Amino acid sequence: MFTLLVLIPVAGALIAWLIPSNVKRPWVMPVTACLHLALVVAIVAAPPLQSRNEWIDLDAIGKLFLLEVSALFAACAFYSVSYLHYRRERNNRVLCMGMQVCLAAMSLAAGVHHMGLLWLAIETTTLSMAPLVYFNRNARSIEATWKYMLICSVGIALALLGIFFLAYSTVVAGLPPSLLLEPLQGYAPRLPAGWLDAAFVFLLVGYGTKMGLAPLHTWKPDAYGEAPGLVGAMLAGGLANCGFIGLIRIYQICLSSGDVHFYRAALLGIGLLSLFTAAAFLVHQTDFKRMLAYSSVEHMGLFAVALGLGGKALYGAMLHLIGNGLAKGVLFLAAGNIHRAFASKNRDSARGTLRRAPWSGALFLAGFLAMTGSPPFLIFSSEYSFFVAAFTQGYPLVGWLLAVLLMVAFLGMAMTVLPVVFGEPPRNRERTKYRDTPLLVGPPLALLTILGVVGVWLPQPLYRLVNAAAALLEVAR
Amino acid sequence: MSSFADQLLVLVLLINILILGTHRARVAIRAIAVQGVVLGMMPLLIHPVQGHILLITLFVVLAKGVCIPWLLFGALSKIEFSEDLPPFLGYAGNVIAGAVATVMAFVFAARLPLAPHHQELLTVPAALATILAGFIALASRRKAINQVIGYLMLENGIFIFGLLLTEAMPLMVEAGALLDLIAGIFVMGIIINQIGREFSSIDTSRMTALREEE
Repeated sequence: MFTLLVLIPVAGALIAWLIPSNVKRPWVMPVTACLHLALVVAIVAAPPLQSRNEWIDLDAIGKLFLLEVSALFAACAFYSVSYLHYRRERNNRVLCMGMQVCLAAMSLAAGVHHMGLLWLAIETTTLSMAPLVYFNRNARSIEATWKYMLICSVGIALALLGIFFLAYSTVVAGLPPSLLLEPLQGYAPRLPAGWLDAAFVFLLVGYGTKMGLAPLHTWKPDAYGEAPGLVGAMLAGGLANCGFIGLIRIYQICLSSGDVHFYRAALLGIGLLSLFTAAAFLVHQTDFKRMLAYSSVEHMGLFAVALGLGGKALYGAMLHLIGNGLAKGVLFLAAGNIHRAFASKNRDSARGTLRRAPWSGALFLAGFLAMTGSPPFLIFSSEYSFFVAAFTQGYPLVGWLLAVLLMVAFLGMAMTVLPVVFGEPPRNRERTKYRDTPLLVGPPLALLTILGVVGVWLPQPLYRLVNAAAALLEVAR
Repeated sequence: MSSFADQLLVLVLLINILILGTHRARVAIRAIAVQGVVLGMMPLLIHPVQGHILLITLFVVLAKGVCIPWLLFGALSKIEFSEDLPPFLGYAGNVIAGAVATVMAFVFAARLPLAPHHQELLTVPAALATILAGFIALASRRKAINQVIGYLMLENGIFIFGLLLTEAMPLMVEAGALLDLIAGIFVMGIIINQIGREFSSIDTSRMTALREEE
């Protein structure tokens, strides 16, 4: 069953490659997305398999990530049909293939318990998205693609070195070498602390680059700013979360080693630094797509802080996996529409979306509220749990810092979002041929609805899944 | 490990310095190819010959010795550029930095808690020195193609460390990692072409359109 999750998108990519027509090709993606989503729901709902493979083992964390990625991809897939219709002059073969290969790699990343294979899957997601950042074929996008490709490649290479350190620590300890999660968790108390710490640091740097934690985030505003909206949605909602999955796996091993102070302190430090950087750059950000990139840095920082806090924050981190992914989908897809409607992504020229493209404007505003943790949306619950964890588990300073930095980020984003949504449309700019169509506003609306519904009422199966996932990150007793 | 393998690692270290010091991209590409092939042969020298090891050797030699240089030369031939862009710090500065990094790698590696049978080997210091040299090239070079070569040096350094663990890495993952490396170089090659077309030079320090204003 799990193999199919990887094979369906690969087959979709091959079919997209074979179809010659630029107009018909995008329809492959919704078909792939529906099959994938149906299969994911079936797998998550089915009772766990008895015969567990050591390499492939879909645990609760993987299931949550799969649900999120599949839903996000489905939204992007339907959106892309209409979006690519607007951009008929561009060949979309590479885009259709890259999106689906990326989905296959992310599905694989959700289910593997072999550190080497997981690295491979994450590396493949990076590669498959590189040509997509360059979709617009201009000087700015080539610069963004180059930065993305080089910085992420170097980062992911350092992650490989971290994995080698991990394997070498088993050699030094005189244990049979292994890169599988469960044996490594068993070995962890006996692994030499120096090598395990080194492995953690390199993997934190490597996957942190992929997630875009400060100060490793420098590629992010460029890539997110220049990529088309739907590619940005996949980057921010899919790939960034995928890097977090990589970080979670090494964190699980480190947890089993017994002494977790170093790891928690490192995660809290890099997380707070990311929040600080994001807050600083969100104020006075005139480009609303770059603003979304800094918002992504902020939420990746929250992930790191949550792992650092542990305890009650873990439940929130698992909820945030869904919340961040889907809210980024809403924002980037709506931002893509606004970009089309004004042929600009600057808040000085793209003003008053409510009059030009009312649906997209409303979605952008609602997505902003969802992203910044306003009730009733899901992120309110996850951020609430971070505060509870910080103040009840003996980190009041972290709690206050979180409060201040999230407030600054909220105000900073509002200063960009509000003029874009409510401002007076510029008179001197010609109206573009963009109009809101059902396929351009339906998918983000669907994601927003999920965020709202789940924020108010979390269905029992999902609640159990989130708790099971958080339990995997508790310190083993 | 045989002393022959250690001698080859010395050759690898010399190639690092050569790449840091040369101003010709063609020389650097050939040097990185030679380095890749030398490293590809290493598993054969330090492990008893098995099918698994032979396959890895074959993959690595083909990938690093043939495939990647071919892709890089392909990228190079499509852009005509005559201008010489000295790296930050200059060529001499690069060589000195590379030498200092090599010494530091040896000093640092001597303090690492290695497994007893790895204490005497050159493998760990050579790996660290090559990784650092890769970083120096990445940080100081301005031409896109030389940055790719720096990235390849970094990868080679990581590969050297991996020599200690050939038993632990399954063949599938090794092959996949190489495949990803080739695909990555392929994509970078395409991007270099586009940079050449778009900026009529592959000087990445001219790419400054994307900055935070203010």
